[in-house]
Amino acid sequence: MTDDHEIRRSVEELRLTFKSGKTRSGDWRKAQLRAILRLVHENEDTLFRLLELELGKHPVESYRDEVGVIKKSADHALACIDQWMSPKKGRLPLVFFPASRKVLSEPLGVVLIIGSWNFPITLTLDPLIGAISAGNTVVLKPSELSPNCASFLANVLPSYLDPKAVKVIEGGREVAHQLLEYKWDKIFFTGSPKVGKIVMAAAAKNLTPVTLELGGKCPVIFDSLPNSDLKVAVKRVASGKWGACAGQACIGIDYVIVEHKFASTLIEQLKKTIKIFYGDDVKNLKNHSKIINKNHFDRLRSFLEDPAVANCIVYGGSFDDTSLIIEPTILLDPPLDAAIMNEEIFGPLLPIITVDNIEESVEFVNSKPKPLALYAFTKNENFKKRILAETSSGSVTFNDTMIQFVCDDLPFGGVGQSGFGRYHGKYSFNTFSHEKAVLERSFYFELEPRHPPWSRFKLEFLRAAYNYNYVGMLLLCLGLKRVSKS
Amino acid sequence: MASEEQVKNSTAPAVFNTDAANCLTKELRSTFLAGKTKSYEWRSSQLKSLLKMLDDSEKQICDALFSDLAKPEMEAYIHEIAMIKSSCKVALKKLKDWMKPEKAKTNLGTFPSSAEIVPEPLGVVLVISAWNYPLLLSVDPVIGAIAAGNAVVLKPSELAPAMSSLLAKLLGKYLDNSAIKVVEGAVNETSALLEQKWDKIFYTGNGRVARIVMAAAAKNLTPVVLELGGKSPVLVDSNIDLAVTSRRIVGGKWGTNNGQACVGPDYIITTKQYAPVLIDSLKHNLVKFFGEDPMNSPDISRIGHDRHFDRLKKLLDDDKISGKIIHGGQTDKSSLKIAPTIVLDAPEDSLIMSEEIFGPLLPIVTVEKIEDGIEFINTRPKPLAAYLFTNNKQLKEAFVSNVSAGGVVINDVTLHLMVDTLPFGGVGESGMGAYHGKFSFDAFSHKKAVLYRSFYGDAPARYPPYTPGKLRLLKALLDGSLFGIIRALFGFS
Repeated sequence: MTDDHEIRRSVEELRLTFKSGKTRSGDWRKAQLRAILRLVHENEDTLFRLLELELGKHPVESYRDEVGVIKKSADHALACIDQWMSPKKGRLPLVFFPASRKVLSEPLGVVLIIGSWNFPITLTLDPLIGAISAGNTVVLKPSELSPNCASFLANVLPSYLDPKAVKVIEGGREVAHQLLEYKWDKIFFTGSPKVGKIVMAAAAKNLTPVTLELGGKCPVIFDSLPNSDLKVAVKRVASGKWGACAGQACIGIDYVIVEHKFASTLIEQLKKTIKIFYGDDVKNLKNHSKIINKNHFDRLRSFLEDPAVANCIVYGGSFDDTSLIIEPTILLDPPLDAAIMNEEIFGPLLPIITVDNIEESVEFVNSKPKPLALYAFTKNENFKKRILAETSSGSVTFNDTMIQFVCDDLPFGGVGQSGFGRYHGKYSFNTFSHEKAVLERSFYFELEPRHPPWSRFKLEFLRAAYNYNYVGMLLLCLGLKRVSKS
Repeated sequence: MASEEQVKNSTAPAVFNTDAANCLTKELRSTFLAGKTKSYEWRSSQLKSLLKMLDDSEKQICDALFSDLAKPEMEAYIHEIAMIKSSCKVALKKLKDWMKPEKAKTNLGTFPSSAEIVPEPLGVVLVISAWNYPLLLSVDPVIGAIAAGNAVVLKPSELAPAMSSLLAKLLGKYLDNSAIKVVEGAVNETSALLEQKWDKIFYTGNGRVARIVMAAAAKNLTPVVLELGGKSPVLVDSNIDLAVTSRRIVGGKWGTNNGQACVGPDYIITTKQYAPVLIDSLKHNLVKFFGEDPMNSPDISRIGHDRHFDRLKKLLDDDKISGKIIHGGQTDKSSLKIAPTIVLDAPEDSLIMSEEIFGPLLPIVTVEKIEDGIEFINTRPKPLAAYLFTNNKQLKEAFVSNVSAGGVVINDVTLHLMVDTLPFGGVGESGMGAYHGKFSFDAFSHKKAVLYRSFYGDAPARYPPYTPGKLRLLKALLDGSLFGIIRALFGFS
């Protein structure tokens, strides 16, 4: 637990470090990025062990979703940082001549990153990579719900990164509230909409810009597919639901919409795939994470308390209280007003909603708040266009799930209730930067008509200037164009 | 027969309360959901109508600006009308390009795939404008909102009432009322609007109200752009062209709404040695621009409104600066005029040095060495703009690298606003977000990431059951190393 005195001291030190200008240099930033690479490389086995302990993640999942992501992200930042840091120049219209313009990215200052528990390494270190690349000093607040990973970060980060520039502050809700009382130059929050509102309200007191990476009910629109593609599609759906922290992922699949006549085919294939991927014994599930804690475990169980919902279970439904494992569970057409269809599930329960015609899925998706990700399995090009044009979500992925996360060139962020702001790749750098406009002029060629006292001549001249009418301007100057009397 | 009172009540304007705000946003949401504002045709037709509106109404606009601010016709033209027309033309010209999806690169990890970033409108947005450039600061964000395909509510400032009512009339006449609405009013009406759920709020004004706006936005997780202000400093070296520098400063301060501009020069920093030379030149140009009797010059705006006049008078009456007013200082409440005033070396804790002036008072701060000016600026909240006049290359570099501000201009003032390829916005206390040109379009858009995958090339390494071999392959795939992938496939590494 951290007390307020320690927080104050840390923030002051970070501010002094930032003011010293140390974090501005490209060399310093690259050294920190290399240190992050060393950290994950040298502690890979420890991280696998911790993630297994914390969330029951298999090392392959841990590599794919956490260790590997950080490595890739840091590598990418190292490769691109010189380009990101260099000013973006551009041309100016002749009327400004002689002048030059550029946009310079500069760090915001001292930033706060609040991580989440489901991907406790990725969701702290990935934003950190962005903050450091952009030259800021950072406080990292990992989630207290993944305490082992939080401790690891608190203990190990200082021996890799500059401890005067990056600090880890552990703690729960109280510490988070204390941190939010301080004035930050940016707050980057990953978590639930409910807490997102609290963070933004606190940020408003100091006019601190925020990025909120939230969640939502990420739907899968599942069109009918030929058999040859069905197997692959279902593997991707299964892995996008249960293969990512047992459904506890912001971009994890929440529910599926499929045509009524195709539902049983889909369900049968899902059952087969689940057995291959995870087995069918809840006490002995393989490759399947557990639920983070009893609270969330009970929350998920409560979705099924309503008999009208429980009756819709067509597969699974077993809960193991000791290991906090819930087996992959499929529900067919639960009541639309049930909690499971109105709150973000964030667990291994998969409702399948049937419609008469797959085109109706667009209206269904639009009846709910905008999600962080929308998935659609279809080969119908017109339908793809319609989905793109008529739905809104952080991102859309066709014929796959989750994988948009590893695309460095795609911005990652939400819209509406799923959040605002974005990161990954250069967007991480930008989200922690201020893009400063710089215009440089010379003293020559002063345009007299800019200044008072005003006259009709000056008005005409400036009218021409605004229209980039250089001929007009010249004629006026030479007295060859008449000035209107009106 | 209806009584006189009943007749009066029936024609009284309806109060714009929460219910009215609710109805309004419902109507706009249904217009938006019907898809009307999304098409290129709709957006460009609205922009064309806007341009026509500006062309047709120049005289009325100038009259309203004169009524609200005694803004000289030239200023009205170059700083408001011409700028807004230019903004509209740029949007019309580039809209098709802006609306196009942007291709994104994919890497080996997602092969085979293609990716793009598709801009889409946010939905129903709120633009709250300010009184000092009541046309520009209302219509410019609205141009961005329309270009991006949103439905919009504009709340012009009640402190520029002639322009507010003109905008309500003109926008109502020229634009699509089912998607674009003007709500006039003050605190009550703004509060009613802020209670609604918006997809974006764009606010221009001061830090105090900005906090209220952002706190209201937080309740609905609404993203905001806040265009605020601050004390924009001008650092003046001795190594300059004095005549040009002085003209640009005088024009930028008093020729730009008489100091009432968010990017107007707030105060000057120069060396003790150079100050007298600079001050002489400033005085000379003040006379050249506005004559010997600036209080009666037709070429200078008046103070916006009573409250603002009183605030500026308070800065002048501050004991801490008595004896330091070296030019001007005259005030006339009846005509809301304050003469161009220069104050030399006001103490740091004086009112004039603590708050954004936003008026015709110009403090000059003197330092020993010109470089000290940078430190002086950096101990204060980040301003919307920072200016430097010098021929010294090192000083330019030091200033640009070390002074954090929304925008920086070397050897001129305020001009960066006219460059639509530069983002215009603040940082820290001066605001968040940016607009102008494409940045306006982006400010009101959601850039949706889209990934297209095929069913081919499905890597079994992705799926359980997990094996060490799969782990090796996955590592190589994420590394993006073709060689690594081959090695892994063959069971090495």
